[in-house]
Amino acid sequence: MAFESLVITAYSTISALGHGRRAALDALLAGRGGLRPCDYPGADLETWIGRVDGIEGVALPDELTAFDCRNNRLALLGLECDGFAAAVAAARARHGAARIGVFLGTSTSGIEATEQAYRQRGADSGQLPTNFDYRHTHNTFSVADFTRRYLGLEGPALVISTACSSSAKVFATASRYIRAGWCDAAVVGGVDSLCLTTLYGFNSLELVSRQPCRPWDVARDGINIGEAAGFALLEREGEGVRLLGYGESSDAYHMSTPHPEGEGALQAMQAALRCAGLEPARIDYINLHGTATPSNDRAEDCAVTRLFAGGSACSSTKGWTGHTLGAAGITEAIFCALAIEEGFIPASLNTEQIDPQLSAPIVRTTVRQPVRVVMTNSFGFGGSNCALILGRCV
Amino acid sequence: MMRVYVESVGLTAPGMVGWAAAQSVLRGEAALDAANVPVFRPTLLPPNERRRTTALIKLALQTAEDALAHSRYAMHELASVFASSEGDGEIVDRICTTLTLPDRPVSPTHFHNSVHNAAAGYWAIAAGSCKPSTSLAAGVYSFTAGLLEAATMAVLECVPVVLLAYDYPLPPVLAGRGYVETEFAVALVLTAEEGDGMTPLDLAVLSGTGASPSLPTKLAALRTHNPAAAALPLLQVLARGATARLTLPYQEHLALQIGIGA
Repeated sequence: MAFESLVITAYSTISALGHGRRAALDALLAGRGGLRPCDYPGADLETWIGRVDGIEGVALPDELTAFDCRNNRLALLGLECDGFAAAVAAARARHGAARIGVFLGTSTSGIEATEQAYRQRGADSGQLPTNFDYRHTHNTFSVADFTRRYLGLEGPALVISTACSSSAKVFATASRYIRAGWCDAAVVGGVDSLCLTTLYGFNSLELVSRQPCRPWDVARDGINIGEAAGFALLEREGEGVRLLGYGESSDAYHMSTPHPEGEGALQAMQAALRCAGLEPARIDYINLHGTATPSNDRAEDCAVTRLFAGGSACSSTKGWTGHTLGAAGITEAIFCALAIEEGFIPASLNTEQIDPQLSAPIVRTTVRQPVRVVMTNSFGFGGSNCALILGRCV
Repeated sequence: MMRVYVESVGLTAPGMVGWAAAQSVLRGEAALDAANVPVFRPTLLPPNERRRTTALIKLALQTAEDALAHSRYAMHELASVFASSEGDGEIVDRICTTLTLPDRPVSPTHFHNSVHNAAAGYWAIAAGSCKPSTSLAAGVYSFTAGLLEAATMAVLECVPVVLLAYDYPLPPVLAGRGYVETEFAVALVLTAEEGDGMTPLDLAVLSGTGASPSLPTKLAALRTHNPAAAALPLLQVLARGATARLTLPYQEHLALQIGIGA
């Protein structure tokens, strides 16, 4: 069964750029980034973060309160942005609840709930609070279980958790399930929310920048952590930007450092081009993984340069949103869909002096121009790589 | 319907340490001795790497080794699917404890081991496999979801896939909060190409509720205490070399039907 392209018939995004597509688009076109000095409660770190406003005030529906945690609140906000839940309800009427799958990515799920429970351990007993619901909040499946119940879907459902490639890989899995006939449509996406685990964890690896992150800059010195949710509805027919291909690979090199020549990244991009049946020259724009750590950008630059030889415009959008980890794949796929629909290439925000050792042609100011076919890269810890190709029919 | 072949099996569970030893238990010819607890000593990783891993990672790797000892495929040829409901409770406990201390001294090793795909990452490095690898979770349905994902990948991407379904008990402070109270891991090497000694599986996704197939008491207890042990009815049929049709629940309103050996 050869790959068949799928249509993104609805999508939503929420990130530090704001709630919904309009907010993201306005910010990207106006050059207005979403990072702020770290004000996440309890994080005494000198860094910048991509925080979403309004999560704290969200209330889950009564029947789903067991799922209450920052990650599922963010998921709910994302589902209600851009009319996404309503679009899924219409799709449910077309396909049937059992014929729509739910495939979501997250890296840390609702770990913030466990962090809080550990802070509330009994001084004498050491016990966690009795009302702490680990299964419905922290368990890795939580956000997909919550989402399928919220949307009233009964098809196959799972969470893919491969660190920062999670919500790119969901497109590959959903595509296979539709091809295999396990479902007729799929809700894909990703949700990751701020927590002390990632802030202090990346800090322990000395990968956190004290300033707004600067992808491809000569002085880049690390990431900013962000939070985001994004969802897309994939169907065989309809109007919209299409998923033209995907490619997945493993580095098989190191748990937290990419292969120095970007070998795994290269394989994922090549696989995506093969899947789409496209030559590299057909890619108008590459949304880089571009985390702004010295080694990540160097490895990705090497891979992109080997494959594209400088022929496709590139940028990283991490400077706008921060690195949203398990939500990075979907967030950046949606930015690519916006770029195609609205005709622009987003700048690599905060990139001032491009590292002379790097070769990819970085776009430093958002430019209006027709964009037909884009690639977006997502690479994660454990050497997990995924590249997606989106576009109009080609 | 989708046809895929089981090329090789690995198993690590109390009383069933290794597929070779487990088959007589699964056939009902030997009693399950739950006191025979597996010792994890996977040889895939060099000792210095192994020291940096956790019981969950060792459980997964040792079970992969068990399957691959009898496989015709080289490790680097295999794509992989890692299905774990709970992830690594030991790491969660260590990190969340550390986060209550002054200055929050999270260990870098613990942090990179905290990703759900940590076992998959170590596997890929040890195996030298650059093939696709997916780590997933689906609560108590994690085995069923993993089997469907691995079979679908094997057939549609034309690549042999090793499926690992594995879960390890949560540490004492989290005990009873999750789905796992005993260790269990199963590995299946799945391929779309028929070969000698392989068992065909015919998979179909059905709507409607399905009850879990019945199991002898001790095996049923394992299944209650570990989502990966949802594989046991399938493993029983494979151990017997029999033909059967099973239905495994996959969410409340869905089931995976498996025709085995026909």
